[in-house]
Amino acid sequence: MSEAIVPRHGLNSRPYLLVWIGLVALTAATVTVARLNLTAFAALISIGIATVKAGLVLIFFMHLKYEPLILKVMLGIALLALSLIILLTFSDVWYRWGAHVHP
Amino acid sequence: MPAESMTTSERSYLQEGGRFKGVFSWIFTTDHKRIGILYLASIFTFFSIGVIIGLLMRLNLIEPGRFISERTYNSLFTVHGVIQIFLFIIPGIPASFGNFFLPIHLGARDVAFPRLNIFSWWLYISGGALVILSIFLPGGAPDTGWTFYAPYSIRTTSNVSLAASGIFIVGFSSILTGLNFVTTIHRLRAPGMTWFRMPLFIWSLYATAWTQILATPVLAITLLLLILERSFGIGFFEPLKGGDPIMFEHLFWMYSHPAVYIMILPAMGVVSEIFPVFSRKNIFGYKAVAFSSLGIAFFGYLVWGHHMFTSGMSDISRVIFSLITFLVAVPSGVKVFNWIATMYKGSVRVDSPLLFCLAFIFLFSIAGLTGLIIGTLSLNLYLHGTYFIVGHFHYTMFGGAGFGFFAGLHYWFPKMFGRMFNERAAKIAWLIMFIGFNILYFSMFLLGLQGMPRRYFQYLPQFRMNHILSTVGSWILAAGLLIMFGNLIRALFRGEKAPANPWGGSTLEWTLPSPPGRENFRETPVVRGGPYTFE
Repeated sequence: MSEAIVPRHGLNSRPYLLVWIGLVALTAATVTVARLNLTAFAALISIGIATVKAGLVLIFFMHLKYEPLILKVMLGIALLALSLIILLTFSDVWYRWGAHVHP
Repeated sequence: MPAESMTTSERSYLQEGGRFKGVFSWIFTTDHKRIGILYLASIFTFFSIGVIIGLLMRLNLIEPGRFISERTYNSLFTVHGVIQIFLFIIPGIPASFGNFFLPIHLGARDVAFPRLNIFSWWLYISGGALVILSIFLPGGAPDTGWTFYAPYSIRTTSNVSLAASGIFIVGFSSILTGLNFVTTIHRLRAPGMTWFRMPLFIWSLYATAWTQILATPVLAITLLLLILERSFGIGFFEPLKGGDPIMFEHLFWMYSHPAVYIMILPAMGVVSEIFPVFSRKNIFGYKAVAFSSLGIAFFGYLVWGHHMFTSGMSDISRVIFSLITFLVAVPSGVKVFNWIATMYKGSVRVDSPLLFCLAFIFLFSIAGLTGLIIGTLSLNLYLHGTYFIVGHFHYTMFGGAGFGFFAGLHYWFPKMFGRMFNERAAKIAWLIMFIGFNILYFSMFLLGLQGMPRRYFQYLPQFRMNHILSTVGSWILAAGLLIMFGNLIRALFRGEKAPANPWGGSTLEWTLPSPPGRENFRETPVVRGGPYTFE
């Protein structure tokens, strides 16, 4: 469905370079956050950064930007499902030890 | 369905095998109908093994220790669960009737990726073979229960890794089927086949396919982590190494609860097809039934925690999961009321497919209502470890998905094989199965309320009466199954020739000859109305 438009955005390498630099910077941010001792929030921030990185890869490197709306919606459904699952798991992990260790 | 279609005397898909001959024309076929039949045959083979193991377990419980040892009993209930869940009821309806009828219902020639389709069957058979192999190889059959709960599944020396690898592979087959169905429904609908003209079976397969795509990878990850932990001692779930065994349960049920909807949604689709035809009435509330499938798939995705109320989850989490569990009952209730409303003032014809559907509603309603009982946090704490749960999930999976499967089997048998079965024998089989089923599993509710713990090899004398009752029920049910399958197998060879439309159905498959030709439609049909046109 995107044969016609691949050459058009395949020529300019500048955006890819910029995105790559962004990805490296975000990786550095993940490492820094891990060293800051933010307790439970460290996981939340790391997941946030990882989501942004995955988003950049999807949009630019995997050409989601140029795909029809239906594919974006389908991916959105998958992302929504994943987010809800992580959120519900955190409803256990965040509160589990709090309740038992410090009654 | 008003459609420009065809009935010709061309060779049927049973005669036209394509490039290969004999058995190869089946196992290397890319025809969705042949793949559907391959799945049907394989699924019922595994089902028979599962049933025999189930009967052996019930036999032990009539006189614990006399026929079977403790260790064997643990292996039996594990393998029974693994086979019936992963090899029978999850692929069940979508892989057999789904493969056969989805393209026909849409007016297409095949699914979007026919080669991927036969590859999915190969994956299924390979995974299934590994599971069966795990029973016989040294080390012994897995003895963890079908849930593989850590840390025991990490510590046991039985063939857990092999069985888990088998399920891992079967999972990929399920994902590929889901992918194929979503793509086919989006891309290959015939001209005029708008979303709201699709048969409700397709809507249910659509919701199921999404669940297969989104949930099955989580199971793959979970089993991979388990295998890695067993092979290399990495501490993902073992508490002695800092792992979290409750995290295993989260990951496992993130798939395995949605899997319940992979089982039941297609069965709901089947009965949604049968009720209008046998009531000679349009389905009551088409859009409500269609959207309730999506609603069940969505909420079903978010309730896995109700399997873990007694596992040591946080209190907040338990309350949230209990609440969402109650929400699933709403779309399920919508469906049940709509099926009953479809029959209301209809010209009801009580043939075997409808009888199985009525049994489905009855058994599924018991399953759903007992589900609300154990979805209630406070009651769950008492009932969770008991036979009440065993009764509940057998009502859901066997009474719901299983009876829905048998309904579809009787409804579509003439179309798939071009032969009619003996209607009287089918009704007798249905009655015996219905009686046997309720004796077998309802006594489990009573046992559970009395406090009989599940998975136990041995029990106290006060439970004996209900255990005997339950075992007798298992024999009655097995007799019914034998009559049903005997009747259908006999019909394969000696049944009368089936007409194109024996039940007076109005969806596209009934415009084709029985059995259909290799290419389904000689000319692509043009669809001009909804799927149910009885008024």
